Amino acid sequence: MARLTMREAISQALWEEMERDPKVFIMGEEVGVWGGTYAVTRGFYDHFGPERVRDTPISEAAIVGAAIGAALVGLRPVAEIMTINFAFVAMDHIVNQAAKLHYMFGGQMVLPLVIRTVGGGGRQLGATHSQTPDAVFAHFPGLKVVAPGTPADAKGLLKAAIRCDDPVLFIEHATLYQLRGEVPEGDYTVPIGRSKVQREGRDVTIVTYSKMLDISLKAAEELAREDIEVEVVDLRTLRPLDMEPVLESVKKTNRAVVVEEGWKSYGVGAEVAARIYEEAFDYLDAPVKRVAQVEVPLPYNRTLEQLALPQVKDVVQAVKEVL
Amino acid sequence: MHLSEPKQVEMFWMMLLARRLDERAWVLHRQGKIAFHISGIGQEAAQVGAAFALRRGEDWVVPYYRDLALMLCLGYTPREFMLSLMGKREDPSSGGRQMPSHWSLRRVNVVSHSAPVATQTPHAVGVALAIKLRREDKVVLTTIGEGATSQGEWYEAVNWAAVHRLPVVFMVENNGYAISEPVEKQMAVEGAAARACGLGLEGVAVDGTDALAVYAAVARSVEKARSGEGPTLIEARMYRLTPHSSDDDDRTYRTREEVEAAKRRDPLLRMRQHLEAQGWLTPEGLERMEAEAKALVEDAVDYATRAPYPAPEEAAYPVFSAEVRRG
Repeated sequence: MARLTMREAISQALWEEMERDPKVFIMGEEVGVWGGTYAVTRGFYDHFGPERVRDTPISEAAIVGAAIGAALVGLRPVAEIMTINFAFVAMDHIVNQAAKLHYMFGGQMVLPLVIRTVGGGGRQLGATHSQTPDAVFAHFPGLKVVAPGTPADAKGLLKAAIRCDDPVLFIEHATLYQLRGEVPEGDYTVPIGRSKVQREGRDVTIVTYSKMLDISLKAAEELAREDIEVEVVDLRTLRPLDMEPVLESVKKTNRAVVVEEGWKSYGVGAEVAARIYEEAFDYLDAPVKRVAQVEVPLPYNRTLEQLALPQVKDVVQAVKEVL
Repeated sequence: MHLSEPKQVEMFWMMLLARRLDERAWVLHRQGKIAFHISGIGQEAAQVGAAFALRRGEDWVVPYYRDLALMLCLGYTPREFMLSLMGKREDPSSGGRQMPSHWSLRRVNVVSHSAPVATQTPHAVGVALAIKLRREDKVVLTTIGEGATSQGEWYEAVNWAAVHRLPVVFMVENNGYAISEPVEKQMAVEGAAARACGLGLEGVAVDGTDALAVYAAVARSVEKARSGEGPTLIEARMYRLTPHSSDDDDRTYRTREEVEAAKRRDPLLRMRQHLEAQGWLTPEGLERMEAEAKALVEDAVDYATRAPYPAPEEAAYPVFSAEVRRG
């Protein structure tokens, strides 16, 4: 096992898949000469050339639209949208086209498309540059939505996404690129649509993903010092949502907290909590608690921004409230 | 459309002040005192030229994030700029809520914009539509980088304005780069002005390092807009002398030789030489201006540094209109 950063793990996945399959290519704003806004594709342009690492104009709708076209005829594009905030100008292509074409054509064509993008706040980039609208995209049947929280999962899930015949929205977190973790050697994939227990515990189940996994694990460490053992389940994929490990855990701990970075209203926590109520109500000893972002457009000022985002102490407090 | 000597000297002063403020912003960022800066260095001439062609404070302006010089011409102050960079409560654009250089200044009819580029263009067209519906004697100036003219929204908005003959002037500040991507990776035509031909409005390319040339082009377009003859697309060509923002290193995508060559066409230098040749700017006069700019920059930095941050509870409002500022 090597210890890699999230950035290195994602970059390796792309590199290896491009080496493995000539049908895989990358396109997006700044991905080529500059190597990507978050430096994930640095070195790719020189190695794979401008045909397979294509710098595009600032045209998010055209980036996704053209990637859909290329995928429909058999290529495996990895389209990069610089930040998920800019995906809104490509919304029609993502939710009306990519998510529906396979179904609407009666399965005649597949859409092996990956849209890589970056979400999340915490870098003082203001309200239209820092959102976590993952739940919005996870709402649409036909679109797989993946959001890894560890380097090993990021690498394995991205490789799985590139090999997948369905459109996958792959959401990286803006503040996780430097996060280090053990990554298996050699070629491996992590299946899309499988949640995973990232820490075992008997007292309370935390359900989370992406950046909030890191926050939740830190909270779990803190709680362990007070002899509260938290089990942390990482969703990893928001659609299709794998509730099995969540339900198994809740049946063991009888208490659950859902931690997400996005807003609480109509969010991931709402969905997960509803499913727990539907499928494990009788096992619960307390109402499910949700931790989420304060419901404001995210402010630029660092103090205000951090106040609006969920912190370790918020998770610790929520866990204590369900005990 | 002749501009008097004092007007031309004032133009130079605005360019100089914008430059010195902008340079200080870079220093503050390198010192770790601000989180982000996006620069307008190299674009001051076009911005000042355009501003002087407006009825400032009456006409509407829907700018983009490089328009510091334009904003100063409209009455934005050095202190306000520094407050915005530092995310302070008094920042008039947003009270520390919006990124710096995403201007908003109601008192002089400046509308804020969003980080996804070209989203401001349809807004500007909407403002122009309102002006026309209300039969007001006003125009809208909206600016944008050339890279953003690849966005579908930009075409939709410009097309609208042309169809409805709206009183709006679209100024593209073509600084040669969209972050790292040069113009030829963004468009197959020579420049953004050529994009007008398929949309049914006049497209004019002008040297964006020449404040007077830009003034003349914008003044003519403003007059046209005011008299009901519809929109114009102006492309001001210049060079972005700095990296895209404080988050990138331009050495990875362009040569130093290219940047050095562009510095010889620095718009500030050009305006200065023009004024000197006219005998309107003496070495002493320039020294006075530099001293005044330095004093204003120092004052702004001091003021903003001492100014309070927003209170924690200010993060929570105003999300809806009933929640007017409580502080």
